[in-house]
Amino acid sequence: MIKFFLMVNKQGQTRLSKYYEHVEMNKRTLLETEVIKSCLSRSSEQCSFIEFKDFKLIYRQYAALFIVVGVNDTENEMAIYEFIHNFVEVLDEYFSRVSELDIMFNLDKVHIILDEMVLNGCIVETNRARILAPLLILDKMSES
Amino acid sequence: GPEGPNLIEEIRGAKTQAQEREVIQKECAHIRASFRDGDPLHRHRQLAKLLYVHMLGYPAHFGQMECLKLIASPRFTDKRVGYLGAMLLLDERQDAHLLITNSIKNDLSQGIQAVQGLALCTLSTVGSAEMCWDLATEVEKLLLQPGSYVRKKAVLTAVHMIRKVPELSNIFLPPCAQLLHERHHGILLGTITLITELCERSPAALKHFRKVVPQLVQILRTLVMTGYSTEHSISGVSDPFLQVQILRLLRILGRNHEESSETMNDLLAQVATNTDTSRNAGNAVLFETVLTIMDTRSAAGLRVLAVNILGRFLLNNDKNIRYVALTSLLRMVQSDHSAVQRHRPTVVECLREPDASLSRRALELSLALVNSSNVRAMTQELQSFLESCPPDLRADCASGILLAAERFAPTKRWHIDTILRVLTTAGTHVRDDAVANLTQLIGGAQELHAYSVRRLYSALAEDISQQPLVQVAAWCIGEYGDLLLEGSCEETEPLQVKEEEVLALLEKVLQSHMSLPATRGYALTALMKLSTRLRGDNKLLMKSPGSTQRDTPIFHLLRAAILEKMPLVERGGTQDEEAKESKEAQLSEAALVSTEPPVRRPEAPRGRGLGRASTPSPAPSALSPSCFSLHTPASVPNLRVFEREGLQLNLSFVRPPETPALLLITVTAVNTSGADVTHFVCQAAVPKSCQLQLQAPSGDTVPAQGGLPVTQLLRIFNPNKAPLRLKLRLTYHHLGQSVQEIFEVNNLPAETWQ
Repeated sequence: MIKFFLMVNKQGQTRLSKYYEHVEMNKRTLLETEVIKSCLSRSSEQCSFIEFKDFKLIYRQYAALFIVVGVNDTENEMAIYEFIHNFVEVLDEYFSRVSELDIMFNLDKVHIILDEMVLNGCIVETNRARILAPLLILDKMSES
Repeated sequence: GPEGPNLIEEIRGAKTQAQEREVIQKECAHIRASFRDGDPLHRHRQLAKLLYVHMLGYPAHFGQMECLKLIASPRFTDKRVGYLGAMLLLDERQDAHLLITNSIKNDLSQGIQAVQGLALCTLSTVGSAEMCWDLATEVEKLLLQPGSYVRKKAVLTAVHMIRKVPELSNIFLPPCAQLLHERHHGILLGTITLITELCERSPAALKHFRKVVPQLVQILRTLVMTGYSTEHSISGVSDPFLQVQILRLLRILGRNHEESSETMNDLLAQVATNTDTSRNAGNAVLFETVLTIMDTRSAAGLRVLAVNILGRFLLNNDKNIRYVALTSLLRMVQSDHSAVQRHRPTVVECLREPDASLSRRALELSLALVNSSNVRAMTQELQSFLESCPPDLRADCASGILLAAERFAPTKRWHIDTILRVLTTAGTHVRDDAVANLTQLIGGAQELHAYSVRRLYSALAEDISQQPLVQVAAWCIGEYGDLLLEGSCEETEPLQVKEEEVLALLEKVLQSHMSLPATRGYALTALMKLSTRLRGDNKLLMKSPGSTQRDTPIFHLLRAAILEKMPLVERGGTQDEEAKESKEAQLSEAALVSTEPPVRRPEAPRGRGLGRASTPSPAPSALSPSCFSLHTPASVPNLRVFEREGLQLNLSFVRPPETPALLLITVTAVNTSGADVTHFVCQAAVPKSCQLQLQAPSGDTVPAQGGLPVTQLLRIFNPNKAPLRLKLRLTYHHLGQSVQEIFEVNNLPAETWQ
């Protein structure tokens, strides 16, 4: 089960956070800081999986953004690693080469995309067209 | 919207945390106002801003009621933000979340897919047990209605409901059979997850779903054989996520069940051999396949196949793959030992991984693979690893080697050599019993006494800093010193050792500030044993003309140490001493740090009995450096720091030239009054940047009329050359009163720390 899904930049600023298991509000900032610290301290020679408290962290870096997914130990790390890329490809398609600013200024849309892909900590849809279909329809509706 | 970007721009423009806070507080005030009396049409934009602020870590609970209002609104844009807000801001602990139950119920039965999707998403994230009870039938209805968009979400919402209310399994189990016939991948994925959840919760469900193993096998087979034409292909693998999920369910169903395991055997072999391994997606599936093979009653051939896949993974350039391979091999090493052995060379290569999480696994795996036929080669590899491994692995590596040596040593001499090498390389990281083990090993190997003492002497001569090595060497020299001096040993280099060299080396150990009290004990014992056996033409043993045996320098050495020790023994033995030392180590003052924990006691070496002086190892913790004046102390003047009714406390300082960070203070308590000072205890505290070690005092009675003073040694380690401060606490009985004095030593000369 996915416990949380984070996008944090190198300065430690959170750009997206989704918790699938309740974490106290005041503990979230601390968690995010520690998570990004763990990721930043890794070199390129180290693998993308970190044992962190009672989670496993799988992270991938895209330019200045880290996408970090926290899972419990039943998850296949390599599948999640693949999933992160899947998510980024969806964003790329929707935003045409997504950037950190795109995410900041369209946070609600990014949430919608993520919600199409993960429900309750479980992966639900990975097909790009199906994920984006509802969003594209709604965009069309609000334009007209 | 138009207002949103301004907020974000402003936050980005803030140069300090304080500025950001200001911007946000201002904005929150504005948002609050607009919630109160603003245009309802714009409410969703305000809430959206609030969610952004919330993500940055600022409080946003005042938006909770707005979420409810927005969710209840008929407009989709309102609902969207409202439901999102509910997911982010609400949780079970707030009463507010129950209030959305009705809205969700309405939205679920409305029939508008987008709206139903929103409601399901929020329900599956924050739905409490109560809400799940209330809404279970709604969700059940949605499971089997036509729209796939809603169905896939309804299935996963059912998973959440079962987690919250296990009894709801009764409702959600029956639809699974039909759902499994779906071709829509999203629905299938959700269904597999739902079945997995049901099976994990209930043995009855597990039994029930074993029936579908053939069906699952068929679904997976179709995926594997279809190739890359499907819409779900990633890197040439058809829907790897669905494959992984099915494999995991098969694992659960096949565990401890012969029939199911057999049904899936061929398929697993097929997946294992047909999956494209050039990219991560394929390897993810392969990895899951290996896990399933490992965990079910697979045929032997299949298990070997799995191990070989892992072996291949170990050779992959991708460190992620090597990581999962090492983790999995570690899990299999007991159950499939011989299969894993075949990959030993590759595993050993992984010791050199730059990533510590990989090298740690490689270490554990390597240690698990040592056996009697490979012990020499493996130990060699592990010893080289020990020399350069990251510090947090040293202790495990050292103890792993020692354990393997104990289990599989081909000869005693090899065993001694191995332990010796470990002690030399990583002496500080070995466990306490290493010393005792080695002394016992050597003691019991008579044919190796000469060899051992020579090797240990040479090692000691090179390096007296590694305490366990020094202790063993000192013990050995004490026991077999005569073999060192006389005779020869074929197995070592010819070594001419003179008596005075041996004694000088032991004396060096005694006086070294690196030597722990336990080590000094070993050295002292060795000296005592040697002194009864040596010829006596050594200056330590020599008497000056006209003096008696008792005036030899070595006798004084020994006497000083013993005399200082005796009062401690009178007080009732080791436990007392230890408790005393630890009490003295504490000082309850907030600003200054307390001292180190009590020094560990030495192991009594298992002695040989007749003919050898088998003295229990003493713990002479009160050896004052002033006994041995080999070094001229840095001349720092003595300091009188306390005087009361005839009791005086003086401090004398020594800065040993070879360890400039170390300061040795001898505290001397002298009593010129007419009455004894009794129960005298001195405690000390120093700044946090320094380390303090208090050694046990020479006694707790300062006799009257200027009798034998009580002395105590303080060792202060001050690597940063921080200005030294020293606080002392004295307690004692004198002239019928209990006295406590706490004071800071004000006039510490700068030479004590600069």
